[in-house]
Amino acid sequence: MTSFESAIAEGARIEPRDAMPEDYRATLIRQIAQHAHSEIIGMQPEGAWITRAPSLRRKAILLAKVQDEAGHGLYLYAAAETLGVARSELYDALLTGRQKYSSIFNYPTLTWADVGTIGWLVDGAAIVNQVPLCRCSYGPYARGMVRICKEESFHQRQGFESLLALSRGTPGQHAMAQDAVNRWWWPSLMMFGPPDADSPHSARSTAWGIKRFSNDTLRQRFVDMVVPQAEVLGLTLPDPDLRFDAERGSWDFGPVDFTELREVVAGNGPCNAERLAHRRAAEDDGAWVREAARVHAAKHAQRGAA
Amino acid sequence: MSDLWEVFVRPKRGLSHVHVGSLHAADAELALRHARDVYTRRGEGVSIWVVPSVQVTASSPDERDSFFDPAADKVYRHPSFYEVPDELQI
Ligand SMILES: [Fe+2]
Ligand SMILES: [Fe+2]
Repeated sequence: MTSFESAIAEGARIEPRDAMPEDYRATLIRQIAQHAHSEIIGMQPEGAWITRAPSLRRKAILLAKVQDEAGHGLYLYAAAETLGVARSELYDALLTGRQKYSSIFNYPTLTWADVGTIGWLVDGAAIVNQVPLCRCSYGPYARGMVRICKEESFHQRQGFESLLALSRGTPGQHAMAQDAVNRWWWPSLMMFGPPDADSPHSARSTAWGIKRFSNDTLRQRFVDMVVPQAEVLGLTLPDPDLRFDAERGSWDFGPVDFTELREVVAGNGPCNAERLAHRRAAEDDGAWVREAARVHAAKHAQRGAA
Repeated sequence: MSDLWEVFVRPKRGLSHVHVGSLHAADAELALRHARDVYTRRGEGVSIWVVPSVQVTASSPDERDSFFDPAADKVYRHPSFYEVPDELQI
């Protein structure tokens, strides 16, 4: 048994300079990078509403939430870099489409109710996905996830509160909240990935302690968590097949359209092109700032050396 | 110089600085500012150190055993090594 294998068997953490199989390293780089890209691209759908938030309170909250998502992206890029990949390579992989980000962020935010719905459903699904990653076998990733999960609970609660205010508001506000939930429900279920039968790398990731629960298990956990919450909100979930199965102690739900997921992942979602174009423009617009900082630093280093 | 920095945060007075992650910055001053924004958005720290990553010298994980071995056979460094009467409160 190699030191890597015995560490995994004992449930010990793998740390950056430990010996590890190349596939383990590559899998982690791909997963952490995709996760980081999702946080960064994930700023856009909600960010679009910062200037249009209905009150100063909601605006300050939304700004703080979107800043957190930037922070999440940065924790994760830092974790990926401990595996020997450069930050610039990861940015490049995102901007050229070689690496993906979560399909959920390729849907548009049409109304203010979408912001609350994202906090409730999308951050809610993210929490279900992320909590088990706090115990992932790779130390820097697990530690980053602990930090992220602490911050996510604020995200979900602010979303719920915002959506509750709309649901209990005027009939127009209630209808707007219901419409947003109708649009985000199924894409949120897709966030857990393809069904277990079509998830080819899952077994290996599970053996390596990267993945703790299957896609379908986590999807079910999310449905069971959210159905009672929808009731408190006074909103319905757009699935006629939702039914409590007393024997399983879980909610049955209708079939998820995984063709749509495949299409969106392949780049054919409603906002794929817009998201990447926006990210590229941000990168270009910030170039002069990075350059100025670099020149300033070089000048000061020279002066210090002289 | 590489622009990667390691960040250490003192969570509160009385505790040591702890490594929290890394970031990119052109110089130390910017590294400190970025560290504040990235790692202490909720009062997680009262003091921050930033250190260029290339300046960190680390022991090698490959020689973990031989490097730390000398400590393993010196059990007499632990209080439990010593037998004293039960009624003695030390
Ligand atoms: Fe996040
Ligand atoms: Fe979030």
